Amino acid sequence: MTALRPYLPVLALGVLLALAPLLVTSNVALNFLAVTLIVSLAAQGWNLLGGFGGQFSFGHAAFFGVGAYASAIWQMRLGLDAWTGLLAGAAAGALTGLVIGFLAFRAGLRGSYFALVTLAFAEVFRVLANSSEVTGGAAGMLLPLRIGAGNLQFSDRATFLALVVALTVLVLCLVQWIRGSRFGAQLVALRENEEAARALGVDVLAVKLKAICLSGAITATAGVLYLQYFLFIDSNIAFGTWISVEVLLAAIVGGLGTVLGPVVGALALHGLGELVKTLVGQLPGIDLAVYGAILVVAVAFLPGGLVGLVRRRPNPRQLRKARPEGGPA
Amino acid sequence: MPAADMPHASTMLEVENVTMRFGGLTAVDDASLSVPKGSFTGLIGPNGAGKTTLFSIVSGFLKPTAGRVSFDGADVTFAPAHKLAERGLGRTFQIVKPFAGLTVGENIAVGAFLRHHKRADAETVAETVAARVGLADRLDAPASSLTVAGRKRLELAKALATEPKLLLLDEVLAGLNPSEVRDIIPVIRGLRDDGITILMIEHVMQAVVSLCDTVFVLAQGAIIASGTPREVVADSRVVEAYLGKGAAARLTKAEASDA
Repeated sequence: MTALRPYLPVLALGVLLALAPLLVTSNVALNFLAVTLIVSLAAQGWNLLGGFGGQFSFGHAAFFGVGAYASAIWQMRLGLDAWTGLLAGAAAGALTGLVIGFLAFRAGLRGSYFALVTLAFAEVFRVLANSSEVTGGAAGMLLPLRIGAGNLQFSDRATFLALVVALTVLVLCLVQWIRGSRFGAQLVALRENEEAARALGVDVLAVKLKAICLSGAITATAGVLYLQYFLFIDSNIAFGTWISVEVLLAAIVGGLGTVLGPVVGALALHGLGELVKTLVGQLPGIDLAVYGAILVVAVAFLPGGLVGLVRRRPNPRQLRKARPEGGPA
Repeated sequence: MPAADMPHASTMLEVENVTMRFGGLTAVDDASLSVPKGSFTGLIGPNGAGKTTLFSIVSGFLKPTAGRVSFDGADVTFAPAHKLAERGLGRTFQIVKPFAGLTVGENIAVGAFLRHHKRADAETVAETVAARVGLADRLDAPASSLTVAGRKRLELAKALATEPKLLLLDEVLAGLNPSEVRDIIPVIRGLRDDGITILMIEHVMQAVVSLCDTVFVLAQGAIIASGTPREVVADSRVVEAYLGKGAAARLTKAEASDA
């Protein structure tokens, strides 16, 4: 039982999300949940590398798009099925992570340099997808409508949402497990101080590569779900800066390096965005302006993100212990 | 010892003719030293002598321009830092490097994870090590809340948690007040009694004299003297390295005229 205790918040959130379609049945609400959870899934990938590992990427669209396009090519050009396409998309994301990670981390790129390299990769992929024939060029790729569970296409939104919730919970459990594992401890250690981590036997390059592969696979999975939900992608959706920015915002607003942060952050961001849209009317881009304001507030006042507001409030006894020994009270 | 027939079976660390140049600056100049298994060896020298650079070479953070380093019978001159840690070489940093965002217990557990893959095992080791260096009651405190003395203890604890055979201590006593130094010396002595070989850089001579069997003196990148602490402090070359050329002669003269 005690081994399962860290997973309780994750499972509780999963149950809550799974029950959501019973409480709200409007298509608008279900659509909101599906899109938000897909973004949250992509944000979980970002958070593993950026939040736990301290390697901030500005180009996670690279993984999102590779996942979406890999699955689309898998189905439309190779004629293979959608479920294996989901796996192919995740694998392609991991491979992309390996390549970008190997080039960037081997060269010792950190901080803003690493961020710029990821941004560059996403942009190059966008330009390539926009001009290449196999990706449908500027017209994008439209998956033929073939409703059926075998094709990962569902006539009602609630069923699709159940799949998204299942994958969200699965990844949440994975991240929770990583958090308590040796790999997780080493990842956090290198975020805090690379030299100190090396002195304690942490193979910094190997740990970073593992992290970026997993991160890429998770974000690519979100890309495949996006494709299966809308049945259409083009280069500006798949590799656009919108997704790079949203995943980073969701993770930071929700709580960097926390398990629930990306989900909480994505729900809060999209929730507020929708709220403002209905209040102000259809002012184009108003949600983006709101995101910007939220980011500023989060960075200035919420160093632990929304999750940090409720989690680990040190009780007075711990606070006393935390004071420098012998120091004034 | 089963490996007694090997030529260097009794040597833990052998530094042979190591030179390190940074552009035109020679930080370490043809330095050699040897640390026998089970010994407590000191490395002293004036500021800027190259002591920390030599430590960085030995622990795999820098590749020497020339020379050879062998650890526990194997050539490790070009081995990366994490491989050396795996082989059993632990080090502390002169400028302490705590994982500031983590608790004391989590900090130490990172070291313990090197040899223990399960979290529960790593945490048990972390608790034992924390008790040993006197941080047992602060396991759940953030590392950033520790005082200078606490951070030095944490630095030591992290390295110890990797279960090293050889421990390189880079000025673990610097910045501590005399009573804190008195408190930590028995802890360090206890490590040696447990069979850990220790090489330490230290400026606090009281500690060097009371702890070390052998001392090497580094000045301007070169080893200028070695021997027991008492021999070394009496060596005129050592006195001159610290106090300037001719200082030894002047001191002897002054003593003679006082007598």
